Amino acid sequence: MFAGASAAILVTMALALFRAIRGPTIYDRILAVNAVGTLTVVLIAVHGFLAGRPAFLDIALVYALINFIATIAVTKYVKFSHLGHPSGEDERGDV
Amino acid sequence: MALLADIASWACLIAGSLFAFIGAVGIIRLPDVFARMHGAGILDTLGMGLILAGLMIHEGFTLVTVKLVLIVVFIFFASPTTTHALARAALNGGVEPVVDGKNAPAAETSERTGGPSKT
Amino acid sequence: MLQALSLGAVLYGLWLLLSGHYQPLLLGLGVASTVVVVLIARRMDLIDREGHPVHLSGRFLLYIPWLLWEIVKANIDIARVIVRPKMAIGPTVLRLKGTQKSELGHVIYANSITLTPGTVTIGLEEGVLSVHALTREAAEGLISGDMDRRVTAVEGAADGRGEHGA
Repeated sequence: MFAGASAAILVTMALALFRAIRGPTIYDRILAVNAVGTLTVVLIAVHGFLAGRPAFLDIALVYALINFIATIAVTKYVKFSHLGHPSGEDERGDV
Repeated sequence: MALLADIASWACLIAGSLFAFIGAVGIIRLPDVFARMHGAGILDTLGMGLILAGLMIHEGFTLVTVKLVLIVVFIFFASPTTTHALARAALNGGVEPVVDGKNAPAAETSERTGGPSKT
Repeated sequence: MLQALSLGAVLYGLWLLLSGHYQPLLLGLGVASTVVVVLIARRMDLIDREGHPVHLSGRFLLYIPWLLWEIVKANIDIARVIVRPKMAIGPTVLRLKGTQKSELGHVIYANSITLTPGTVTIGLEEGVLSVHALTREAAEGLISGDMDRRVTAVEGAADGRGEHGA
């Protein structure tokens, strides 16, 4: 039954990836890649159960953290073209 | 009892996969980036949550379950933050939300707010 | 001080949870790391009522089940909208005034809105939220103000009004 869930997650990832390739704007792509990242977290957890090795959950947890930081960083980079402090002329403030 | 837990776990996994799939379909079908965020929202909340809940029911009460809870809690805090950052970036980058179902090109839709508004 | 202690307890709980080994050496290392992290957080001024809102935790725990149930209902609604061959969506942008008093309350409200599918907060300035709603029903549910009242109740006694001080 975990194999079935993995297959469903993979199909879902393919759909999200389709949007990441198609996406007219860069924001569609970021959104789709973030969704793929969330699905990857779930996939790693399910795979840990499938293989009978619960240690995979630690990897899933770390992947969730990295996915969050990566999306925020990419969003910030797209918005400011810079990863440091935003330039003063932007009035919309931080990320 | 074990059978009951198995059935509940199955049901959660299937429902979670279904919601994740619907969320991804939403990401593909919905018209603009702000609408697509709702599809991603389904995927991030109930899709992810139900699949992990199925795993929790399968595992019973162990350290593994607590780790799964930790993952769910983290994603529940991170997902709205990411969505909000993305929405701000999109607004800042000149993408305007398509309002009231009109299929106007994003660039032409002006700042006005459609539908009910309240201050 | 309460915040620092609570942060330390949470961090140490996390250590115990993630290590899964309970030998004296590892427990001692956990205490050492916890103390170092709490000291660094103190030096960085991260421990305050906003960064670690322990005074809200009781009422917040009561709020979570209601929020989860709202999320489930909204998920089913939006999923139904998406799978229809002709999607009956009416995207709107509405402005709402949050009645919370602190920024923390506004952030809880905004995050709750975003977490509920069908509504996404796309802006938050001075307590006025811009919300993108996918369907008319989602927008109306938000305008009814139920979630706003509940978040305000979570914030509750933040400035002396309500059942007990924090």
